Amino acid sequence: MSSTDSTEIAKTDDSSVASDLDKSLSDSISKKFSNVEIAYVKPDRIRVNVKKEDIIDVASFIRDELNFDHAESVSGVDYPEDKQIEVVYHLGSYTDTSLDKKILALATRTPREDNPRPGNDSTKLPSLRDVFPSVSFHERECFEMLGVYFDGHPDNRRLLLPEDWADMPPLRKDFRIKGR
Amino acid sequence: MSNQVYPKDKEILPGLQIEKVDDRIMTLNVGPQHPGSGHMRIIIKVDGDYIVHTDPDPGYVHRGEEKMAEYRNYITNIPHLERPVIHDSCNILYPYCLGVEELLGLEVPERAKYLRVIAAELNRCVYIEYWLAIYGIFLGHSTMFMWPVGDRELLIDLLDKMTGARVTHAYFVPGGVRNDVPPNFEDVCLRQVNYFEKRLKEYADVFYDNPILISRTKDTGVLSREDAIKLGTTGSVLRASGVDFDIRKKEPYDVYEEMDFQTNVLKAGDSYARSKIPWLDMFESCRIIRDALKKMPKSGSVRVKLKPKPKGGDTEVYRRVESGRGSLGMHIVSRGLPQPYRLKISVPSFRNLIAMPHLLTGEKLGNMPAVYWSLNYWPVEADR
Repeated sequence: MSSTDSTEIAKTDDSSVASDLDKSLSDSISKKFSNVEIAYVKPDRIRVNVKKEDIIDVASFIRDELNFDHAESVSGVDYPEDKQIEVVYHLGSYTDTSLDKKILALATRTPREDNPRPGNDSTKLPSLRDVFPSVSFHERECFEMLGVYFDGHPDNRRLLLPEDWADMPPLRKDFRIKGR
Repeated sequence: MSNQVYPKDKEILPGLQIEKVDDRIMTLNVGPQHPGSGHMRIIIKVDGDYIVHTDPDPGYVHRGEEKMAEYRNYITNIPHLERPVIHDSCNILYPYCLGVEELLGLEVPERAKYLRVIAAELNRCVYIEYWLAIYGIFLGHSTMFMWPVGDRELLIDLLDKMTGARVTHAYFVPGGVRNDVPPNFEDVCLRQVNYFEKRLKEYADVFYDNPILISRTKDTGVLSREDAIKLGTTGSVLRASGVDFDIRKKEPYDVYEEMDFQTNVLKAGDSYARSKIPWLDMFESCRIIRDALKKMPKSGSVRVKLKPKPKGGDTEVYRRVESGRGSLGMHIVSRGLPQPYRLKISVPSFRNLIAMPHLLTGEKLGNMPAVYWSLNYWPVEADR
């Protein structure tokens, strides 16, 4: 991911206090994939920014080689001034006791359009559901709340919003709450 | 790795795919008004007596907490963020306060850390008692509805003394707790908690050792260890399937590292194990409360003074705690504003919801309540 894509992401460099395991995890990712950016390595928190084309490969590597086995959360963040939407997968591990405290944030970005047509515009990402089944409902929520369509997800229906919701996805920044 | 849960060949877990349905199958809507579904709808397809397809449909109590949080500053976010689970309001505010403290660089006073632990554990018991009461009435056991609701009052009284409110406490604030406890609180708390623990032991006679409960819940809705990990379940659901994972032990926050307690793990993974784990957790909560009362500094400040409308830096945090239902995480993206740029609440009920179609598909319809509520699911929290 190019440096302009990550202007919003933390610039704090806490690598001096991060443990050796944190560093070795991030090193093994950056060694394997050349176009992956390690945004930060804080104690027990690592963030990796990838291009959307690479996300399935990187996620499979994180699952099979680094032993992260489930997703804790999937959050979508809207950056209208960059014309991008970012999706962050927070991955954790139950099976590997050395990774108990670690959360690996895997982030990617997709273009956003000013007049969203969820599912029918360029705001799309490959789904990680085949890699981590636990993201299934989180991705459905992300689709309805931010309009990010997940290619390869078999069930991109609404989850929380009403069936007759006709406005834009509500967690986009240009959706304003009345009176605020 | 020996305990590899992802085999190399791709497989789809049952209940997670969309199936074609033929004529002999009947669709059944459970909820959203049915008292047994609790503000959510489960669309069930049955073939005779057997459930062949389950589609949970949450969202009937969606309040847009995450959107609301983007419009309010870090302090005024507190009272509305606890609304998704008012019975567990301290635990849902806990990761938020930890996250904001990390953003603002606040150091919590020692006494406040202990008060937080006591309030969080009391709240956990209040939540579990309420959940247990509903589980009892789901299974037609009205004594198990009355007892927990009555015993819950003991702890609600304590929280009332501590915070001034019976259920919506808004007690945790970034930098400590809102106020100190009244002078004789320690004695009253110790007495009530000891009595409460005595009452808990009686639940075994009437409920957990009851042959009717055992026959209804044993071997129904079995979630294997591998599937529990794959589906990313958390809390009592995960620990009932044999995975020892409790955030209080694995990633201790505040003073949980010094507390004397153990995590409860069962291997069976059925509804009975899932319903037993929260009850066992309440004994540990009592231990933690007694331990915290003993180790707590007897005086001192409980809150650091904050500037009005404090601003976070240009960074993000992800903090999680163990709530009454499981791991509760908050992802706060800050961009130097007095309010969060984005707040994602990752709630355990939502994470455990994915196990519902997996467990109900293939079960008999009559087992639905026993399986559904054993997931320790709180619909209002899942919707946020």
